[in-house]
Amino acid sequence: MTQPQQATETSPALPLSDVARIARLARLKLTENELAIYANQLGKILEFMTVLREVDTTGIEPMISAVPCENVFRDDLIVESLPRKLALANAPKTDGKSFLVPNILG
Amino acid sequence: MKYDVIIGLEVHAQLQTRTKIFCGCATDFTPDAPNIRTCPVCLGLPGALPVLNKRAFEMAVKAAMGLRCQIAHFTKWDRKQYFYPDLPKGYQISQYDLPFSHSGLMEIPADPEVAGAEGLTRKVRIIRAHLEDDAGKNVHDESGRGSESQVDLNRAGTPLVEIVTEPDLRSPKEARMLLEEIRLLLLYLGVSDCNMQEGNLRCDANINLHLHHDSGITTKTPIVEIKNLNSFRFLEQACEYEVSRQLKTYGHLEEIADRTKRTFGYDPQRGVTIEQRSKEEAADYRYFPDPDLVPVIVTADQIQLWQADLPERPQDRRQRYQTQLGLSPYDAGVIIEQGRAFADFFEQIVTHGAEPKQASNWITQEIQRILNERKCSIGEFPVSAELVGTILKKVSDKQLTLKAAREALDALVSYSEENTVSHETLEKVIQERGLAIVQNDELLLNIIQQVIQKNPKPVADYLGGKQAAAGSLLGQVMREARGADPQLVKSLVTKALDALKSGNS
Repeated sequence: MTQPQQATETSPALPLSDVARIARLARLKLTENELAIYANQLGKILEFMTVLREVDTTGIEPMISAVPCENVFRDDLIVESLPRKLALANAPKTDGKSFLVPNILG
Repeated sequence: MKYDVIIGLEVHAQLQTRTKIFCGCATDFTPDAPNIRTCPVCLGLPGALPVLNKRAFEMAVKAAMGLRCQIAHFTKWDRKQYFYPDLPKGYQISQYDLPFSHSGLMEIPADPEVAGAEGLTRKVRIIRAHLEDDAGKNVHDESGRGSESQVDLNRAGTPLVEIVTEPDLRSPKEARMLLEEIRLLLLYLGVSDCNMQEGNLRCDANINLHLHHDSGITTKTPIVEIKNLNSFRFLEQACEYEVSRQLKTYGHLEEIADRTKRTFGYDPQRGVTIEQRSKEEAADYRYFPDPDLVPVIVTADQIQLWQADLPERPQDRRQRYQTQLGLSPYDAGVIIEQGRAFADFFEQIVTHGAEPKQASNWITQEIQRILNERKCSIGEFPVSAELVGTILKKVSDKQLTLKAAREALDALVSYSEENTVSHETLEKVIQERGLAIVQNDELLLNIIQQVIQKNPKPVADYLGGKQAAAGSLLGQVMREARGADPQLVKSLVTKALDALKSGNS
């Protein structure tokens, strides 16, 4: 990660507690400084999005997808899977057969 | 104190497609070879693009139609975010606000132990059925000492249909019965093998109590979700335990301040439910539409085609066996529970002339016995339904006794080990073994006269008042006239002896 910027601007449109919560849900460990930076940045994004509120959307269906198509299917046909070795290639730890993670029940 | 048990289920069933829901990896069960059925899509690698398996969608629609759900004309995919080692993408692809189906109904007989429910039908509303992808499997160190868990992603991405009911169930037994009924339905529709050992049918139960205090106050206990129940017995036991636990914890309280929903697991060894996740960490899935997938639009015509193509539901068949074939609810239930191939076999026996009640007795007794002895399924039964029907038709036509029919069936079965059996084989067996009912009374009367003449001693005993002496005569006649109706023989022998008696006196 690059060096965090200093939290100079103050636009706390988003409470720090919300940012902390979002970070926790995303399993991100943020310093106080980073929390402030993201509160500021996320606040700005939200502020930007409020522009949309000014548009009259009466009678307009919500857009579900940015791709203007539907019903894209594949047939139920088997495609060769990755060799196990490749499947495990990015794993931080394996025993050659499975991904290894810190004991879940522990 | 009076109380009501309130239960709703979330049932997860794996669809029996050949490949995963969003990629072409095979879905076969390969627990001994972990991580051989993965690809960039189901591993959640960056840049991979999921594409919906058409068959998975069609099977899910079939399941939903079987549950009498409405099929949505428009449906889309959403990401449900949570972190767990068996979920490589970091989110599950599921359906949030626009599931492909909703508003269904299942019916089961109400639990007679529930007050006022005896003889009633429990109508269980289905809120929705939606499609999603399954997670992988975490394999924990059995010894409990290991510091690591293994993750096998072969199952990750297998299509699941999730069925969510309203909390309309009123006892642990009803919960089990509903799950059994859903399993039967999915099996008959051919959309899931529902193999519970392999985890292909799993269920979460939401359960709480409405406590009616003597003071007239009613309190509701906090809802508990019991996760991941993988057998009918565990579902019922876990719910029973939870009822007693909630009764003990809250039974004396006329006011329950904190009614936050809690999540429990079930430990079948100890027979108790255990809290899994504390409420502070309550799940927040932050659903949003999956940008990689496009919506599915289904036309009314398509829905009509699918509907027309839907196999008969086991629930409807059970009803038909009662109203149309005159079977008892019990007999109809026994046949239906054995599966679609078994029920089909039964119907073919009837089509080929067997009287339905007789066919029902035979398939659940004679045929079941042979299947058990040979450890095979109905699909491997060596005698065709047509032949079984022909044998039973001979019984209703009074050409064979039931006993002779049984002998004929057994003979055909053993004959089948080396030869194919046909109608000719059946006729041959009947002929060779003399199984046909001797209908010619004259022939029978001749045999009786001969037996009487050859056995002066028992005849004299009988005439002297020893009723039992007729037994040996009867036996001899039956041996001579193989396949004769025993009732008929008995009456004719008695008549002949009584004629002698009156002639003597």
